[in-house]
Amino acid sequence: MNQTTPDRALSKRDFLRMVGAVAGASTMYGAMTSMGYAADSQFKGPLKLTGAPKGATVIVLGAGWAGLVSATELRRAGYNVQLVEYNKRIGGRAWTIRGGDSFTEMGGEVQNCHFDKGLYLNPGPWRIPYHHRAYFHYAKEFDIPLEPFIMVNYNAYVHSTDYFGGKPVRFREVQADYQGHIAELLSKCDTFGTLDQPMTAADHEMLRASLRDWGGLTKDYAYVAGRKSAERRGYEVNKGGGLMPDPVGGTPMPLEQILKSDVWRAITFGQTHQWQSSIFQPVGGMDVGPKAVGEHLKDVTTLNAKVTSIQQDAGGVTVTVVDSDTGTGARTLKADWCVCTLPTTVLNQIDIQVSPEMKAGFAALSYEAAVKTGLQFKRRFWEEDDHIYGGISFTDQKIHQIAYPNYGFNKGGKGVLLGTFASDVSAFELGSMSGADRVRAAVEQGTHVHPQYPAEFEHGVSVAWHRAPFVMGCGAVWSPELRAAHYRNLCKIDGRIVLAGDHLSNLVTWQEGAILSALDTVERLHIKIIAG
Amino acid sequence: MKHAPLAISALALAAAMTIPAMTRADEPPRADHSTLHAHMTGPAGIEQHDGKAIYDAICAACHMPNGMGGKGAGFYPALANNPKLESWAYPATMVLNGNGGMPSFAKELTDAQIIAVVTYVRTHFGNTYKDPIAAEELKPLRTPAQQALSLQDP
Repeated sequence: MNQTTPDRALSKRDFLRMVGAVAGASTMYGAMTSMGYAADSQFKGPLKLTGAPKGATVIVLGAGWAGLVSATELRRAGYNVQLVEYNKRIGGRAWTIRGGDSFTEMGGEVQNCHFDKGLYLNPGPWRIPYHHRAYFHYAKEFDIPLEPFIMVNYNAYVHSTDYFGGKPVRFREVQADYQGHIAELLSKCDTFGTLDQPMTAADHEMLRASLRDWGGLTKDYAYVAGRKSAERRGYEVNKGGGLMPDPVGGTPMPLEQILKSDVWRAITFGQTHQWQSSIFQPVGGMDVGPKAVGEHLKDVTTLNAKVTSIQQDAGGVTVTVVDSDTGTGARTLKADWCVCTLPTTVLNQIDIQVSPEMKAGFAALSYEAAVKTGLQFKRRFWEEDDHIYGGISFTDQKIHQIAYPNYGFNKGGKGVLLGTFASDVSAFELGSMSGADRVRAAVEQGTHVHPQYPAEFEHGVSVAWHRAPFVMGCGAVWSPELRAAHYRNLCKIDGRIVLAGDHLSNLVTWQEGAILSALDTVERLHIKIIAG
Repeated sequence: MKHAPLAISALALAAAMTIPAMTRADEPPRADHSTLHAHMTGPAGIEQHDGKAIYDAICAACHMPNGMGGKGAGFYPALANNPKLESWAYPATMVLNGNGGMPSFAKELTDAQIIAVVTYVRTHFGNTYKDPIAAEELKPLRTPAQQALSLQDP
């Protein structure tokens, strides 16, 4: 039996790689913060615009969050606003699919959702961090009820196809064992001082004490099966009462296996600022938010109108729209000003009269693919059998994630979970399939995490964002180079036209990004207008 | 003051720790995409090498399995019966650089995979452009940055 202790099984090279991975995360975070990506929302408080010129008109294109906030605030300032939307619903990507809904993807496939009452899929945004303060502002103002979103579930699974016999391990085991092994290794490392100047014995002891606590080590600085590690990773025989058996802790997984399997990658997920607790979801579905805001704009909203042309001259803006379904019935809408929140995928393909610099930005921004699939099951086996209440499991298969509903806990009955959240190449591969095949793939792959899938599965729907006709992608892909070349050109007021949306923020694909972009944009536009 | 030596050592340790992190330099910089930071994903590339298999696995996502493209608020161009495919450099450049909403696939596909899929598209869906693409002609189409990112052909 080759029962080597994990630290001996690791070569020095392995150790450096592993430590590098940890340091890499913090280095990455530092870089992200300096570029503003991971910073808190810069919400400055509600806009209080007043004094719109009498009779001034603004046409707002797109009724997602950016359009809804733009229309709301401009109307408050005194403008006559009209809001134009491609879909037959408002909300854009802040969308919820429920039983009875149907939707058509590009290519023509129609999917019908048969979820039971009360069950739903948020195919787009699905969580709101506590620091998205602009969202919270509007949620309070428009009575959008929030409930906790379980971001980190210690009992959820992490699954590697090639390790641990292809069986999922628990997140708590991965985190505890990784942390414990690292703490043990570092506690045995007596060379810290040589890197710079010698540590005093007291300093060294202090460091070791912190490692012992952080890692769940024994008093001898060992991370081994027993009470200390069980307090972190959980028990094989849980604690009981009366004459029930004594609790038994499990055996830690070897560090080498944790590293080689990549399961450690799941650990930092909930530690990332954008996903740190507390984090929330609207009660009943993400579309509750835009619907609450849009309710107040109903009298000025035109649905099912596809924009084909946006022209401007000294006198105003002329937008041509057709019926989204038929492409016929062209008519023109006029206004003094235009706030355009259409995605650049679309702007790049329509007749729009803006500067060559702005058009260069449309051409330069690609959109990322993403696929989400909702699956309805006969029973909430993840709760009943696996004791997973909300949160996310990870797998190295193309479905990437399985996320459990954060509502209706412990009630029994049917449930809908998120059976796929694929990005990158996986999203193109899954997104090349029909919706029906995507659902099948989600069930097949998910079975490796939850063997209950085949017996309990009922039906599902899948959204491939690059096939969503109203956006043609999940979100804009910026790089530092693209930002340097195009960001300011795209944000500039171009004559009578100005753009807004999450793509023009440092919070791409976040609702907060859309709202902040809108607030900044309408404020700049209003200042320009009243300045004459 | 008594903790100063530890603080300095810890800093030095942190600095030393960043060195192995550079072993990740082979990983291309990620877009600042906020919600989809996939912590567990497969390899950056795709496993298919046959032109049709690559098309069906990736390109069909937007240009559709039948090459007919799609319509919405914007559109995906049909590749079927498309005279723009007459010169292989056009579709090859699209794959390498992307265009508008279409992303670059320069890091996901090797030169051999690009040649395979471009050849497939140029000889199917009603297209009959049979002139072969030489690898040494494709390679210069990659920008230096794309060459740095490109996966090695097996």
